This record gives sequence, structure tokens and C-alpha cells, in this order.
Amino acid sequence: MKKTGIWIATGALLVTSGMAFAQGSISGKAILQGAAPAEKAIKMDADPYCAKTHATGVTTKHYIVGPGGGLANVFVYVKDGLAGKTFPVPKEAKLLDQQNCLYVPYVMGIQVGQLLQIQNDDSTLHNVHCMAKNNPEFNLGQPVKGMKSEKVFTKPEVMVQFKCDVHPWMFAYVGVLDHPFYAVTKEDGSFTITGLPPGEYTLEAWHHKGGTLTQKIKVEAGEAKAPDFIFKPKT
Amino acid sequence: MARYKVFVFAEVSNSEMGSAEYHPWLNRFAVFTAGVTLVLIGVGGVVTSKGVGLAVPDWPTTYGYNMFLFPFSKMVGGVFYEHSHRLVASTVGLLTAVLAGWIAWKDRRPWMRKLGWIAFLAVVLQGVLGGLRVVWLKDEIGIVHACLAQGFFVLVGAIGLFTTRWWSRFSLRKHPIAGCHALRRLALGTTILIFIQLILGASMRHQHTGLSINDFPLAYGRLIPPMDAVSLARINLERIQWMDLPATTAFQIALQFVHRIAAFLILAGVVWSARRICKTNGLNPVLRGLSVIWVGLVAAQIVLGASTIWTNKAADIATAHVVVGSLTLLAGSLLSIILVCCVASREGNPAWALGIQNSEAEIQKMGMAG
Ligand SMILES: [Cu+2]
Repeated sequence: MKKTGIWIATGALLVTSGMAFAQGSISGKAILQGAAPAEKAIKMDADPYCAKTHATGVTTKHYIVGPGGGLANVFVYVKDGLAGKTFPVPKEAKLLDQQNCLYVPYVMGIQVGQLLQIQNDDSTLHNVHCMAKNNPEFNLGQPVKGMKSEKVFTKPEVMVQFKCDVHPWMFAYVGVLDHPFYAVTKEDGSFTITGLPPGEYTLEAWHHKGGTLTQKIKVEAGEAKAPDFIFKPKT
Repeated sequence: MARYKVFVFAEVSNSEMGSAEYHPWLNRFAVFTAGVTLVLIGVGGVVTSKGVGLAVPDWPTTYGYNMFLFPFSKMVGGVFYEHSHRLVASTVGLLTAVLAGWIAWKDRRPWMRKLGWIAFLAVVLQGVLGGLRVVWLKDEIGIVHACLAQGFFVLVGAIGLFTTRWWSRFSLRKHPIAGCHALRRLALGTTILIFIQLILGASMRHQHTGLSINDFPLAYGRLIPPMDAVSLARINLERIQWMDLPATTAFQIALQFVHRIAAFLILAGVVWSARRICKTNGLNPVLRGLSVIWVGLVAAQIVLGASTIWTNKAADIATAHVVVGSLTLLAGSLLSIILVCCVASREGNPAWALGIQNSEAEIQKMGMAG
């Protein structure tokens, strides 16, 4: 009885590790070379609620730069190399929230067919204006705190801009893909894309201000290290 | 048949009504409606200048509220401008309905009654267009909405003119207009050019891409702006990364360049018209006054247009440019209407001459000369 248990455990371990080895992952970093351009102050007095939630002032956050120039909020995704393959649509929904008169997160990814929940966490009204070009444009009103709307994108589109016309400083960018191989760089500029089948891919990195950068990368079982994506602000 | 009716009416108006057609309060109300319409154009201009046309996503409701019950405390940010625009628009709609009814009640000129109802239909159509622009998320409807607004303003302004004491008593026999054929061609041509200019302006504003040429009087440092693919790519890289502006197109650059050229053609047309009018009809206070005001407006308009560029499209300056544009169109339209009626009267066309009581044509037709 005990022996059987060990055998089963060993078998399970082999199967899972084998699965892990059949798939690869890419990790890397987005770097901002040179000093980040100065951010602009945002005036929120047009809505007293927003001004109150940012009593100490608020600026744009185009360039969030960590140690060693790591650049956050870069959308990294597999642009080429997955043709002909289909991937299951995740069951869990993605959340685009409105907190203190800002979209949270500022940059995110979602899969075609995956549920997008858009929520108002503020005691003021927002309009959620999706400026999609490939997907249908829409504009929703969320006048009450706690309101939640649900939307699904039907076509890939990088990036879909969201804005709020009530508060002209509010923007969010959503990358819509027909596969799950994307990531948004963290505060230190790092990203990891997991679960990739071995193959050769084109990776693209998008930054709202910095534009796009691409590189080719070969993925085998295990972790592949992508060369840094280096964004350069104008000097 | 229609012409016959007109004749009968002309007879009545001349023999019985005469100057009795003048209703001072109707005239004041028409001018007031035109004034509120100008304010409405201003508020609509602010909505577009600030890019907040979609801050209220629903129509005819406002965030689910009946628009007249929407709480003032919720009029924050972009909602303030868009919702105000809807409230002022409702006011103009109401004023226009009263104006049309008042004309139907008091004014015995059938063509005036028609004008009143056309104004009412136009204001309803305008409201629906504004609503569809919001619901269908179509910038193109915004352009039509902006141009119809200008047309409606001219229509209400013309009703203001037709209800003045001056118009009801105006006699071409006593105060002849010299050389009105040539003057009409010049003034009408320039006014049509101004309307085309307003369409160009609306098309530029409703792209929401900001300025596509951001220097003036030169364009990207040249006389003619660059529109080739390489320059465009360079311009757009600059716009997206450093100017917080979306990409522009060669079409937009061309549009803004044509708008500048047209501005100087209009300036020439207006100055030339005014010069000719003052030379030939300097003693006619209405013609002289209107043409001098027209020159002042077009000069102010060019300064505002240049300032729009120099301030990188500051919302207040851009809006003033829209409002003064409306006034420039109105001044040209009123001058053109007077001259067109004068020509029609000379040519013995009663349908047009009817606009002016006691016109030469009527007097001759009715055998009332002397
Ligand atoms: Cu908002």
C-alpha cells in the first residue's frame, strides 16, 4: 500500500515535470536609457471628489522607472510565431477598475473572448469610453460607486485605448490577443511569459510614450532569456 | 398657382397692411432667440474644443436621469459642458417653437410662416443629430451638427432682419441701392466661401487630432507644408512621443492649409465688398453699417485663427474662433439677403421682392407708383 503510494507520487512528479519541460518561458527586462522626461502635474479641480482623493497632488505616470532603468507598464507579447494555433480562453475575468479617478491598471492584457469587467470604485461618475479600432467602440456611463459592466473583445488589437471624457486625464491601455502569451513589466522593468510551446517567436514591447520595439527569440524547453528592450527618450 | 397666391398677398400687404406688419416684440423675440443661439454655438464649441462631447454617454437621458432633473452636484468635469450644452439647446428649441408659433399667429407673410416652421424643424433635427452623434459615436455627425448650427443661426438671424421696422418700411424707391447686381455677386460669393470655410473648420475640429500644422504664418517652417510619407512619419513620431497628440494624416495637413488660404480669399472678398458698398451706397446706413461690421468681424476672426495656432488650440480661443465665425457668416448672409432681394425686385420677380414691402417691382406691378 505504501509502495503504491510512492509509485503514484513519483509518476505524478515525472508527468508534471515532463509537462514543465515541454513548455518554455521567456523572461526579460524593459529598460529606459537616460533620464525620464519630467511628468506633468494633473489638475483635478474640475471634479471636487477627484481633487480630494489626491490632496497632495498628482502627476502623469508615463515613465515609472526602477533601479537600473527598469521601465514599468511596458506591454510585452508574442507578435509572431503562433499562427495556426488556438488557445483556450481563460475562465477568470480581467478587471479594469476606476480608483481615485484613475484607471487601474494603466496597462493590461486580455484574451479575445475573455470577460472584461469594468468597475467604478469612486463616489463620482465616470464614462468608460473604449476607443477600439478593430473591435466595436463603446461608451458606458458609470454614475454610481460599485457599478460593474462586462465586455468581451472579439478581435485581437494592440493597444485598445480607454478614456474618460468626464476626467480628461484618465487613460488605460488594453492589449487584446488571441493567445495568453503576454506580460506587463513590473516596477523593476522585468517580465516573464510562461507556458510557451518551443519555437521561434517575434516579441514586441509597447510603451505608451516610447513606441514599440521588437526582437526575435528562440524558445526551447525551460527558460529563455530575452535581451533587454531598450527604450530611448529623445535627447 | 403658388405665384398667384403670392400676388394676392402682395396686394393685401401693400394696400392694407403697409408698415402695420411691424411687430416690435416679435422682432425683439427673434433677435433674442438668435442671441441665445449664438450662446448655444459657443457652448457647443466649448464641448468640441475640450473634447468632452462623449462625457455623457447616453441621450436623451443624462446618466439615466431625465435631463432636466440631473442633479447639479453631478455636473463635474466634462459632464458640466456637455450637460449645459443640452440644457441651452433645449432652451433654444423652446424659443424656436414659440417664435414659429408667434410668426404663424401675427405675421401675415406666408413665406415668413414657412421660415418659422423651417426653423422649428431645423432645431428639432439639430437636437436629434446631436443625440445621434453621442449614441452612435460618430465624429462625422458632429461635423453635420456643427454646420447645421451655423445654418440655423443664419435662419433665425434672417427672421430677425425680416421682422425689423426697417425691413417693413424699407422702400427701394425712396432709398435705391446702386449697382446691386455687382454687389450681390460679390457679397453672396464671399458669404458662400465663408460657409465652406466653416465646413472646413468643423471637419478639422471634429477629427480631434489637435493642430496638424502648429506654426503660423509658415507651415512647418515653409510656405507649403510637407505632405510626403517620410515627413509625415517624422511629424507623427514627434507628435506621439513628445507632444501628447495623436497621429495626423496628409489629408488633415492639406485641410488646415486650405483653411488658411481660404481665410485670405475671404478677407479680400469682404474688404472689397465693403469698399464697393461704401463707395456706391455710403449713405445707406444699414448697408454701410453691416459691411463695416463685416470687415471688423473677419479681421477679428483671422487674429483668433492665428491665436488658435499660437496658443496650441487653447479651448477658449478656439471657441471664440467658432463664435466669431458664426457672426461673420451672419453679417455676410444679411448683406447678401438685402442685395438678393434688391436684384429680384429690379428684375420684377415678386417671389423675392416680397421680402421688401413697397419694393419697386411691387409698386410697378400694383400700379401704385407715385
Ligand atoms: Cu472619469
